[in-house]
Amino acid sequence: MHELTRKLLAVVATGVLLTPVASLAAGPSIPLDRANNDVRNVASLQRGAQLYMNFCLGCHSAQFMRWNRIAQDLQLTEEQVMNNLMFTGDSIHDTMQIAMPGADAEVWFGKMPPDLSLISRSRGTDYLYTFLRTFYVDDNGNSNNKVLEMTSMPHVLWELQGLQRAAYDENGDWTGFEQIRAGSMSPEEYDRAVRDIVNFLDYVGEPIQVERRRIGTMVIAFLLVFLVLSWLFKREVWRDVK
Amino acid sequence: MSATQPEVSRKLGAAGRLNEWVNARFPLQKLLAEHITEYYASKNLNFWYGFGVLSMFVLVIMIVSGIFLTMSYKPSATEAFASVEYIMRDVEYGWLIRYIHSTGASAFFIVVYLHMFRALLYGSYKKPRELVWILGMLIYLALMAEAFFGYMLPWGQMSYWGAQVIISLFGALPLIGEPLVEWIRGDFFISDITLNRFFALHVIALPLVLVFLVVLHIIALHEVGSSNPDGVEIKENKDARGIPVDGVAFHPYHTYKDVVYITIFLILFSLVVFFAPTAGGYFLETANFDPADPLVTPEKIHPVWYFTPFYAILRAVPDKLGGVILMGAAVMVLFFLPWLDRCKVKSIRYRGWQYKTALGLFTVSFVVLGWLGLMPATGFYLLLTQIFTIIYFAFFLFMPIYTSMEKPKPVPERVVYHA
Amino acid sequence: MTDDTDNRRRHFLGVATGVMGLVGVGFVAYPFLASWRPSARAMALGAPVEIDVSRLEIGGLIKVEWRGTPVWVLRRSQDMLETLTLPEVVNGLRDPESRQSEQPEYARNTHRSVREEFLVLIGSCTHLGCAPLERFEVAPADLGPDWRGGFFCPCHGSTFDLAGRVYAGVPAPTNLVVPPYTFRDDNTIVVGLDTEV
Repeated sequence: MHELTRKLLAVVATGVLLTPVASLAAGPSIPLDRANNDVRNVASLQRGAQLYMNFCLGCHSAQFMRWNRIAQDLQLTEEQVMNNLMFTGDSIHDTMQIAMPGADAEVWFGKMPPDLSLISRSRGTDYLYTFLRTFYVDDNGNSNNKVLEMTSMPHVLWELQGLQRAAYDENGDWTGFEQIRAGSMSPEEYDRAVRDIVNFLDYVGEPIQVERRRIGTMVIAFLLVFLVLSWLFKREVWRDVK
Repeated sequence: MSATQPEVSRKLGAAGRLNEWVNARFPLQKLLAEHITEYYASKNLNFWYGFGVLSMFVLVIMIVSGIFLTMSYKPSATEAFASVEYIMRDVEYGWLIRYIHSTGASAFFIVVYLHMFRALLYGSYKKPRELVWILGMLIYLALMAEAFFGYMLPWGQMSYWGAQVIISLFGALPLIGEPLVEWIRGDFFISDITLNRFFALHVIALPLVLVFLVVLHIIALHEVGSSNPDGVEIKENKDARGIPVDGVAFHPYHTYKDVVYITIFLILFSLVVFFAPTAGGYFLETANFDPADPLVTPEKIHPVWYFTPFYAILRAVPDKLGGVILMGAAVMVLFFLPWLDRCKVKSIRYRGWQYKTALGLFTVSFVVLGWLGLMPATGFYLLLTQIFTIIYFAFFLFMPIYTSMEKPKPVPERVVYHA
Repeated sequence: MTDDTDNRRRHFLGVATGVMGLVGVGFVAYPFLASWRPSARAMALGAPVEIDVSRLEIGGLIKVEWRGTPVWVLRRSQDMLETLTLPEVVNGLRDPESRQSEQPEYARNTHRSVREEFLVLIGSCTHLGCAPLERFEVAPADLGPDWRGGFFCPCHGSTFDLAGRVYAGVPAPTNLVVPPYTFRDDNTIVVGLDTEV
C-alpha cells in the first residue's frame, strides 16, 4: 500500500508522467520480482538485522550506519544490540564496519565487496529481493546468478535456500528453477527471510524514512489549514478591488 | 492625567525621530513606497504571474538551506560523498535540509520555466520590457551554471560522470578545446581540485551573481511596470492622483495573493520533500547513491531533467562541435526573442493563430526533447530528437515571418477584470 | 453596518493568518537551529571514555582526553588526603565546601571525589582555560612555606589544593571542574557517565 502511495505521490508531486528513471537504470537481465517490504514493520527489520549480521556483515560493511541508531529505530536496547547483533568489540557508537582486510578481499572475490549502506537506494529493493533469490548452480557446477550473471558473490544463503538449477524450455528460454538440494527453509520461509534482509537494507539506506513521512503528514496538514486561512484573507482584501 | 499625555507623545516622537533620522540618510521610506506600497500592478494578473515571486522564494530557500549544508559538507574528493551521508544521518534534521536543497534545485527550474513560459504567453519580453527579459535570461544562464556546479558536490557517480560529459563539451572547440578543458578541471581528470573550485563557485561566486542579477531584474521591471494577461499598458490610463486606474498596490493586494501562491507551492514542495524526495529518480538520481568512481562509467549517463532538452539537442547532430554549437544556440536564441517577434500585440488572448500554433508546437518540442534527453540517442529516439530540434529552432527562425503575417484581434482599452 | 462586520472579519482573518504564519516560520526555524546540536558523530566521539587505574601508582597522575578537554586522574596518598583538612589549607580556600563550583552532586565533598583515593578533574583552569601544573611538593621556594601540594596555573598564577579547590586571592573564580564519572569496577573509571547514587 505505502509503496504505491509513494510512487503515486512521486508522479503527482512532480507532475512528471513518464516512467521513473529508477526502473531504467542498471538494467538487470530478468524481470524483477516485487519485494513488497514494509520499513514500518519493526519485527521484520529485527529479523533482517539478525540475518544481515549472520550472513552479510562478514564481507559487506554498512559504514554509514551506527549501531546505536539501529538500537533506537529497531526498538532494541543497546545491550540487546551489543549482545545479539555485534560480534566485534566495537563501541555502540561505531558504524557497521567489517574486519576483513581489503587485500584479502581482492584475492578471494577479485574485488572489495561493496559497502551496503546505500545499496537499496542505488539498486532498488526489487533488485535485491530478486538477486538474493536467483542464485543457481550452472552446468559447470559453479554458482551463478540470474540478475547479475557471473557475480563474484557466492551464494552465502545456500544453507537456508538449498541449491537450485536453472530450467530451460525447448527454445532455450529460462523458465525457472528446480531444486537439487533442500535447504533448512521452505521456499516461502526463504522468501520471507530475503524480504526481511531487503527490508533491513531499505531501512539502512535511509533510516529516517518512516519519521520523514510522519513529519510530512503533519506539515501538509498545517499547510492546508494555512492555505484556507490565507485564501480567505486574500479574498477579503481583494473585495476592495472593483 | 495631564502628566502622562506628554509622556506618550514623546514616545511616539522617538520612533518618528528615528524614522526621520534614517530617511534623511537612507531612502528607506522611498524604497518601500516605490517597490512595495506604491508599486502598481494590474488587478487582473492571473496565476501565471505568481511564478516570479515563487522564483524569488525558491532562491531564498536555496540560500538558507545551502548555508546550512555548507556547515557540514566537505568539498574534498575523499570526504564529499561521506559528508553528504553524514548530513543525511548524523546531523539532526540534516536529511530535511538536504532534501529541501535537492528538491529546491528542481523546483527552481520548474518555477523559472513556467515564469519564462508566462512571458511567451503574454509577450512580457516585448517593448518596453526587453531589458527585463535579457536580465532574466542572464539569471537563467547563471542558474544553469549554479545547478551544474551544485550537482557535482555530492560526488556520486552521476555527479562525476555528468560533470565529465559537460566539461568535455568545451573540448569540442577547435584549437583551444583541450587546454581549456584542462584549465577548467585544473587537472588531467575531474579530481579533488575540480571539486574544490566548483564548490567555491557554487557557494560564493554564482549566488552573488544571481542575487545581483535578480536585483537588476526587479529594478528594471519596476521601472517599466509589470505586464498583464491583456497586454494593456496600465500606465497609459491614470487617475487624477497619477495612479493607473487598472493597477492595485503591490502591497497589500499582490502580496497577500502571493502568500496564497507560496502556500500552494509549499504544499507541492513538501509532498516531494517528505514523501518522494528522489521523485522517482528525477530529482535525486539513482546512480548518484554510488560514490564517484573514475574507473567505472554508469550504464546510463544523462544530466538532471532540467538540462535534458538542451542535452537532447546536443545529441541531435552526429558531430561533436556541431552539437555543442547547436546546444549553445538553443539557449542563446532566446535572448533575441524581443526582436524576432514582429507582432505589436503582446497577449496570446488577442494574437493570431500563427503565433498560437507556433507556441504550442514549441512547448511540445521542449517537453518532448526533455524526455528524449533521458533516452538513448539511437534509432527512433534519434530521429524524434532531430525532428523536434528542427521544430524548436523553427519557432525562432521563422518568427519574424509568421508574426508579421498575424492578424491580431483588437486589444481593449482597459484590462478585463471581473471582481 | 456591513462595512463594520466586513472590517472585523478582515481584521480577524489578517491576525489569524499572521499568527499562523509566524508559527509556521517557527516550525521551519526549528530544524535549522536543531542542526547545530552535536551530531551523532560528535556524540560518538564524545562518548564516555574508560580509564584503567589499576597501574596508576600512588601519588601519580594520568591525563586522558574526553570531549576535547584533558581529564586528570590523581591517585592520592594518605598524606595527600590529610592535607585537605589542614587549617592552613582550608582557611586559605575561596570555596572549601564547593558551593559555587561545578561538580556532580556525588563529588561535592571534602575530597571532591567518589572514592577518596581517586581525584578526577577537568585539567583546565577555571580562570581562562590554561592547563595548571602539578606541584605536589610541600613548601617549595616559589610557592611559599604554607604550600601543602596542589595545582598551579602558570598563566596567571591561580593555585588549587589537592582536591582542585581554589585558593582565595587568585584570578580563578571557582574550584577545578569535576566531570561526571563512575566506577565500572574497582580499577576502571568511566568518564562521561554519572555515578548512580
